[in-house]
Amino acid sequence: MFDFLEDYDLLGAFWTTVQLAVLSAVGSLIWGTLLAAMRVGPVPLMRAFGTAYVNIVRNIPLTVIILFTSLGLNQTLGVSLGANDVETINFRLAVLGLILYTSSFVCEALRSGINTVPVGQAEAARAIGLNFNQVLGLVVLPQAFRSSVVPLANVLIALIKNTTVAAAIGVAEAAVLMKEMIENEAQLLLISAIIAFGFVVLTLPTGLFLGWLGKKVAVKR
Amino acid sequence: MKLRKVTAASATVFALALTATACGGDNNEGGGSGSGDGKTITVGIKFDQPGLGQKTPQGYAGFDVDVATYVAKKLGYNEDQIEWKEAKSADRETMLQRGDVDFIAATYSITPERQEKVDFAGPYLLAHQDVLVRADDNKIKSPEDLNNAKLCSVTGSTSAQNVKDKLAPKAQLQPYPTYSACLPGLQNGAVDALTTDDSILAGYAAQSQFKGKFKLGGFKLTNENYGIGVKKGSDLKDKINDALEAMVADKAWQEAVDKNLGPANYKNEPAPKIGDIKS
Repeated sequence: MFDFLEDYDLLGAFWTTVQLAVLSAVGSLIWGTLLAAMRVGPVPLMRAFGTAYVNIVRNIPLTVIILFTSLGLNQTLGVSLGANDVETINFRLAVLGLILYTSSFVCEALRSGINTVPVGQAEAARAIGLNFNQVLGLVVLPQAFRSSVVPLANVLIALIKNTTVAAAIGVAEAAVLMKEMIENEAQLLLISAIIAFGFVVLTLPTGLFLGWLGKKVAVKR
Repeated sequence: MKLRKVTAASATVFALALTATACGGDNNEGGGSGSGDGKTITVGIKFDQPGLGQKTPQGYAGFDVDVATYVAKKLGYNEDQIEWKEAKSADRETMLQRGDVDFIAATYSITPERQEKVDFAGPYLLAHQDVLVRADDNKIKSPEDLNNAKLCSVTGSTSAQNVKDKLAPKAQLQPYPTYSACLPGLQNGAVDALTTDDSILAGYAAQSQFKGKFKLGGFKLTNENYGIGVKKGSDLKDKINDALEAMVADKAWQEAVDKNLGPANYKNEPAPKIGDIKS
């Protein structure tokens, strides 16, 4: 029943999924933190940009964003992100699209964390003469991160599953392999179940670990 | 607190009820279309493949549609007694096994793996994997030239896998979810060729907005035997085979090919003999 699996590189496909997820997670954590900083910052222009970015990007379907990176950025505008062969270009474009999209959710998760920090702390920090960057970097964000581990875990799990959208521009990850196997083997249910199991193997431990971590590092108030 | 619990519980029940109704709706839709009630016949076709099976504002059009209509007529159903259903590539075996459709004519290549699941009547068309290039582009003259080209195809399709594994392992392959997504890139030079079955390519090239812009390479890279899929063990298979033979005999077959695929300068193979599957 499972012997056809020998013809396919199941681990390789999931390895690409993991690479997509890890690179996008790191990228969107950075860009999402910057966005959150803009949204709570004192400069009106940056606040407006952050708000506009989050509200526009998180409401565009991910498939559209990913397809746009390929059809729009690459094929029409000639952006290749420093790569020469189609596979690498597509991989980088997919990471870019996933970062742009996921960072809006990271930003909002972080902002909810920032809201848990009592206003008095920021006021006290300002009273002893810290500037905005210091207040945010030394006082507010460290606490905000600790209380947004669980919402960020949600975002990460969603991101891992969203990597399948990269199949739209042909990044050879698990969903592409699933399509190939279905095309060749005519075993829709079995193959879908195998791929779904693969994703559970990736996401379940992630969720459990981050749930535990979230409890451990939570700020007790 | 108690009130909140009640609200949450009723919300859950409401959500469940919604999902349940949604399922019920689906079932009803499929229920009215069983075979043998003497009134309608349900046929699976592609909805998005110009020249073969396409849903248009005016109705359904394409070679597969014409073949299915002819076959249905021979089975005793008029055109208005045919219920068309979309048969996406990945769903075809399941649809037949569940009995959602009576037969499927949807660029359905006969392969040993699929024959384990369903029965095939036909073949009714012998197609080949081919490439579609810009009309003014003479870079690709032979299959070997594909190794230096950028190709576009549909993610996971047999044609895409053939390119990677056999035909041109060194070619750069850009997969997209649909063939239509390949066309803008082909037009503006971002990719050099679109590859899949020549019948499908001819259908795209024959679309009015692309007329004269693309041409077929004519390489005959593989053999694809299009068959009509029926449920395993169904007695429809023999009847459909008879209908297909009649269609070829009274020239309706050639007319359908010329009408749907002709404008792209598509040179079709002669109608295949029933049961003659070229590997």
